[in-house]
This record gives sequence, C-alpha cells and structure tokens, in this order.
Amino acid sequence: MSSTPANLKYVKTHEWLRVDSDGTVTIGITDHAQHALGDVVFVDPPEVGRICNAGEACAVVESVKAASDIYAPIGGTVIASNGELSGAPELLNQSPYEGGWIFKLKPSNPAELNSLLDAKAYEEVLKSEA
Amino acid sequence: MGHRTPLFDTHVSAGARMVDFGGFDMPVNYGSQIEEHHAVRRDAGMFDVSHMCIIDLRGPRTREFLRYLLANDVVKLVVKGKALYSCMLNERGGVIDDLIVYFQRDDWFRAVVNAGTQEKDIAWIKQHAAAFAVEINVRKDLAMVAVQGPAARNKAAPLLNELVNGLGTAALQLKPFFSVGDDKYFVAWTGYTGEDGLEIMLPATEVASLWKKLLAAGVAQCGLGARDTLRLEAGMNLYGNDMDENLSPLESGLTWTVALEPKDRNFIGRAALEQQMKAGVPRKLVGLLLEDRGVLRGHQKVVTPAGDGEVTSGTFSPTLERSIAFARVPAATGDKVQVDIRGKLLPARVVQYPFVRNGKAKIQT
Repeated sequence: MSSTPANLKYVKTHEWLRVDSDGTVTIGITDHAQHALGDVVFVDPPEVGRICNAGEACAVVESVKAASDIYAPIGGTVIASNGELSGAPELLNQSPYEGGWIFKLKPSNPAELNSLLDAKAYEEVLKSEA
Repeated sequence: MGHRTPLFDTHVSAGARMVDFGGFDMPVNYGSQIEEHHAVRRDAGMFDVSHMCIIDLRGPRTREFLRYLLANDVVKLVVKGKALYSCMLNERGGVIDDLIVYFQRDDWFRAVVNAGTQEKDIAWIKQHAAAFAVEINVRKDLAMVAVQGPAARNKAAPLLNELVNGLGTAALQLKPFFSVGDDKYFVAWTGYTGEDGLEIMLPATEVASLWKKLLAAGVAQCGLGARDTLRLEAGMNLYGNDMDENLSPLESGLTWTVALEPKDRNFIGRAALEQQMKAGVPRKLVGLLLEDRGVLRGHQKVVTPAGDGEVTSGTFSPTLERSIAFARVPAATGDKVQVDIRGKLLPARVVQYPFVRNGKAKIQT
C-alpha cells in the first residue's frame, strides 16, 4: 500500500511538497508515483537559480520503464537540488518522502500553497485513478 | 482483458504488476525489476513464457518444407535435439517473425514463435505447408517456463527429474542450443538472457506446480521488464522493435542468421534479399552506449554525419549501469553518433554487441 504522510501537500500529478520552517519548500514524488515508475535509474533536477512556474515541467525522472516529467507544484526559484540522487537515484524508490527529495524552491507567490491538496484529498485522487 | 497464461493467477497472487504484452496479460515485475535482472545474471531467475507459441511440424517432408520457409537453413540441424534461430521472411524479404526451431526427428520439428505474431505466423506456415503435406499442430496444451542464470540448471534439474525420471540429469548434460525430451516434456538449453539456462515445455496443467517448486528451490520470479533489459544486454533482437515485416534481416543485425549458401536453396524472401545486397543495404542495426547520463529509449532520433537514424530498443543496463540501445542508422555510420534525448543531443558510441554475456561486460564502458 502507498503511504501518504499527513504533514505534506500534494498535487494530482503525484508530486509532494513540504513547507520548511524558513518558508522555502521541498519537492519530491509520492510513494504511489515511485511504485508506478518502477526502479529509478536517473534523475535530472532543475538548475539552481531557475525560475519555475506552477505546473511547469522542471525535472525528469528516468526509471527502467520510462522518462517522466516532474512538475513544480507552485511557482518559485530553485534554491537547491538533491545531489545525492546523482549517485543513488534509487533513493526515490527507497525513501520517496525523505532521502529521495528532488529540489527546493523559494515560492514566488506563497498564496499558491492554498491550492494544493492535503493528504486526504490526494488519497481520494488515488482512489479515483485506481 | 487479454489472454492469460496458465500462470496468471500465480503471478497475481505473487503481487506482480501486470501489463499487456502481445495480447497477453503478463507480469512486468514482482517488485524490483533491477533485482530480478541481477538474479538472472548472478544466480537464477525464471520467466513465464507460456504466451509464446509452440508449433509442432510433422511429416516426412518437414525438413524440406523448413528449408523453403526459413531464411536460415535447417540442413545445419544434423544431430537430434539441435536448435536453430531463424527469421521467417515474406516475399519482400521482410521479417514476419523470428523463431527457434528444434530438430526432433526427420518427421518432427518443433518451432517456438512470438506471442503477438502467432496468428499471422500460423496462417503463413499453414498456407505454405500444404504443398509439402506437413501437418501443423499448435500446442496450446503446453506451457513454457524459462529458467535462466548461472545456477539455473542445477536448481531446476532435481525438479525435472521428479517430473520425468532422468530428464533433469539429461538437462545437466545438454550443450548450448540443444534440447531433450518428448511430446509432453521438453527441455532446451535456449533462452533470451545471455546466460546459461533452460526453456522447459510441459503440460499447462502442471506448470503452476513446477513454478512453485522452482521458487522454493531459490529461483527468483522475474517479469518481462527484466527479460527486456537482459535480452538487450545480451544483444538479442526483439520482434516489433528491432525488426518487422518492412525491414529485411540485413538491415536488422541478423545477416548472420541468413544462409545464402548453398546457392541453389530456394527460400521465401531470397530473391528480395539478393536484390537488396546487389543494390546495397541502406541501413544497419548497431549497438549504442550513451556516453552521458540519461536513458536511451525506442524511437529517439539518432544524428550521424551520414544521416539520421532511430533507436529501436533502448534501456538502462543494470549490469553496466549505463544506457545501451540498438539503433538503425545509415550504413555509412562510423563509431560516433548523437541521440536526441528530450531535445538535447547527447553523444553515444557505436559498439559491438553483445553488451553482456555470462554475467560479464563485453564492452568497455
């Protein structure tokens, strides 16, 4: 079964977002997404400094099966990407909500956070897709 | 809903992720595709290949018929049990399917063809068999399991001996590309992984029990995902990806499977192949190793100074931890190309395949 931590926000495209104490956000893919992708073999994160709009494809995750775009849940400036993933892409499978985070944004419009799904709403999305 | 093999329920209850393949609901993996891949390279893994189609050809003129039907020459099959890989061509020299044919007796050969092509294959074979009075029997009553890997034969042998006294012992003594067995129980040293191993054909009613015993003997269950990365590392073509009815074996890396000698053997497609050779084969199938990080995938554009080509099969190689592919490129292509991956042109090297054999890298990464 997929797990859906209650402290995170979600979007229908299966990314999660965590609001950190300094107001920046950390983004990754959900447990459901990593299951669907299968073994991840390569992650291409956005460059630091890049400005992403909400819903824009800004990273690529390649699994044994396929390449998948990762969409920015909200708009912002990329302030970090997870360097661990270049040597250990399998972190996305093993630890999608912790070690497998992909990039961090400084939100350009924090009000966009209000449009995201909570864990319960995301689980409804999963049910409707099943 | 697609067709199901006799192991469908076994796969579902093992938690396999099922996908459509050639009209069959098949397991793509049972968890981690990469772990399944490594199990075959390092120890032993098994695949349900019951979706493939077993065809028995019987009659005194069977050998003569197969010499006409196939681009490879079954005259090479002298010793009982020997197997031969061949393309079956149309009149235009295009590949209808690739198959393995096993020599049983002069009046009995067994062919194994692909799942997705079986209906057109059977129709084609029957259409041409009539003139040779060869009887075609499609063995829907049999199932097939491939047990592959360095430990595969040792793990399978005791269980085969339980099925038929002496069958496992005989399987241990098999040489590569040989088979042993009878109408019901049949074991061949063939496969699609580049490792030692067996393909076991047996009554469909008995396959679930054998599968369970193999699992208990430490043979990992593996899905079609691992089968694809294993065969690509092993440098083996996949029908529909790397060749089809509109491409000749000469453009598909399969020239070695076409027997043009003796010159007086007439086989379907021969004239078209000779014409293509005379005119010059315009394209070739090559192996690619991606120099950068990223993953080669089917249908990506290959850019070369001699013109554009296309990736036919691409994947991440779990053994090499690099991306590898087959690509069809202009015949004049040298040893360096670029591949368009999501809008970026990345350098790739043309390499001789197989990429991996018997657990070891065969190319320099």
